[in-house]
Amino acid sequence: MLRLEPRKEPSRLMVWATPPAAVLLTLVFGMVLFAALGKDPLRTVEIIFVEPLLSPFSRAELLVKAAPLVLIGVGLSLGFRAGVWNIGAEGQFIIGAVAGGAAGLAVYDTPGLWVLPMMCAAGMLGGFAWAMIPAILRIRFNTNEILVSLMLVYVAELWLSALVGGPLRDPEGFNFPESRLFHDSATMPILIEGTRAHVGVLVALAVAGLAWLALQRHVFGFSLKVMGQAPRAARFAGFSERRAVLACMGVSGALAGLAGVFEAAGPVGQLVPGLPAGYGFTAIIVAFLGRLHPGGVVLAGGVMALTYIGGESAQLEMQLPAAAISVFQGMLLFFLLGADVFVNHRLRLRRAPATESA
Amino acid sequence: MDLSVLNPAAIGAALIVAATPLLFAALGELVVEKSGVLNLGVEGMMIVGAIAGFAAAVETGSPLLGVVASAAAGATLSAVFAFFALILMANQVATGLALTMFGLGLAAMLGQPYSGMPAPEFPALSLPVLSDLPFFGRLLFSHDPLVYLSLALTAGTWLWLGRSRAGLILRAVGENHHAAHAIGYRVTAIRFAAVLFGGACAGLGGGYLALVQTPLWVEGMTAGRGWIALAIVVFASWRPWRALLGAYVFGGVTIVQLNLQALGVSIQSQYLSMTPYLATILVLVLISGERRRAAEAPACLGKPFRAEG
Repeated sequence: MLRLEPRKEPSRLMVWATPPAAVLLTLVFGMVLFAALGKDPLRTVEIIFVEPLLSPFSRAELLVKAAPLVLIGVGLSLGFRAGVWNIGAEGQFIIGAVAGGAAGLAVYDTPGLWVLPMMCAAGMLGGFAWAMIPAILRIRFNTNEILVSLMLVYVAELWLSALVGGPLRDPEGFNFPESRLFHDSATMPILIEGTRAHVGVLVALAVAGLAWLALQRHVFGFSLKVMGQAPRAARFAGFSERRAVLACMGVSGALAGLAGVFEAAGPVGQLVPGLPAGYGFTAIIVAFLGRLHPGGVVLAGGVMALTYIGGESAQLEMQLPAAAISVFQGMLLFFLLGADVFVNHRLRLRRAPATESA
Repeated sequence: MDLSVLNPAAIGAALIVAATPLLFAALGELVVEKSGVLNLGVEGMMIVGAIAGFAAAVETGSPLLGVVASAAAGATLSAVFAFFALILMANQVATGLALTMFGLGLAAMLGQPYSGMPAPEFPALSLPVLSDLPFFGRLLFSHDPLVYLSLALTAGTWLWLGRSRAGLILRAVGENHHAAHAIGYRVTAIRFAAVLFGGACAGLGGGYLALVQTPLWVEGMTAGRGWIALAIVVFASWRPWRALLGAYVFGGVTIVQLNLQALGVSIQSQYLSMTPYLATILVLVLISGERRRAAEAPACLGKPFRAEG
């Protein structure tokens, strides 16, 4: 009989071995699923996971997609460590893009080096403010931050759609629900000539580095760990739960907002209703795949960016719906969480105990 | 604005139709949470139930088989959650999120060939005499059988949880799983069964949405209803009749904003579409004012259980 036995100490090997194992399991089960749906499984996996690595253009695109995922994922992983569940990063991303974009459009046609930093500040403020709604409601009224932050995603999507169809609509845009294209001063400088990879990539890496410092070398990071693993001990140690909720939601909201500005002022170049691409939700998986560790999040961001680009080409070539990629993402999260059991438990083959009747 | 086009009986009937998917999903989740499990995958189970029911009804021509398929699909998906969250003791919040992502993607893939197709018509139950009553006939007695099923399910859940031995055991497992285990109840098996029931109910809610309310298949058509159902369970403080009230309040909000849009109120339609989501937040804030509420949540909600020894 197979049974799980608790380990005396978490297995360090398992901590690092489970994420790649989960990716492999996802590939295997994904292929089974695609075969069952009548799509060529090997070809699908090749398109999604291998082809994006082959051309220089899609390698640069990898950076474009990974930057927002890493930015948001780093922020979320702080909160997840402390049991603060910001599930609405997608909404904070949208509001960040709207706030930053509106700031850029307000000074339309005015060139200046200060325009882009101002947009970034506005976007971070927007994302921060949007995240403060569930944070303050939780500490003031004890409402569930999962439900509130998620409801605000739908509100943000509708608001973006209303704004680009109303006040922010391009006056010369033939009534299309789109803003003007951002002016040159309001678009992200390109990092690699001839691609869309922008300086946001460097910002994302810097943010991951700062988060690593905060977690490893600062008492703030330590207090988050304690709060997640031993809430009672954290209370005795005098760590304030309210402060942790505000800090985690605020930081992850501001980072999601910044990612929103980067997306609007980078690859998209304007505000459109289709701006949100699910980065806020995918970043949840990035955080877990990266083991809530900033370095891991950077690697995980790269892996998930791969599935994004692969998913886009699979849409074109295999006529898969855009949402198909979330099948992979959901499966990956399942396997990651399931594999976690082996970090703290070992599987033992044991005979059923002898019956005591005699 | 011409208010004379509004027919109160028709609006009331539409409210009931809009509330029914929420009621099914909320009742299922209520039982799951009473057993001490938090399954945040309601949205994913609903949408898979919606496409499974729709596809089965289109392929077989029988709406009834569609309903059965949607419940079966919801239960199957919930078994995945139960395996990871109960057997492997994975974090329930994150596993529920994974279930929602997986379900939304799976439904989009399965539903690709069905978009834009009409569903076979769902027969309304016509009751002699009652259906012909003025006003009340239209409002209460001309619905499809599933509306009455949802009401029966509310009463049944209330009776079962509160008045039956099995219901008592389920609540005991949710309140103190170690004690329940010590007396000899099989905590994991009981929770597994509760999760399957919740999945079937969520699937049924999704099936109702695709077969009766809309009746169409549109990708992402649940549009957050699964999450609203979760909020309704909190609002209901885990009581079936209050879940009914909550579902009907949200049905009302949906119908009012749709009617305002139809009347051409001079406001961008997006702002009206926001109201169900804002109402959810508002309700969550309002009920938290009641202090005793926190004590009403099942004590073991969301905590993993591992049998010792």
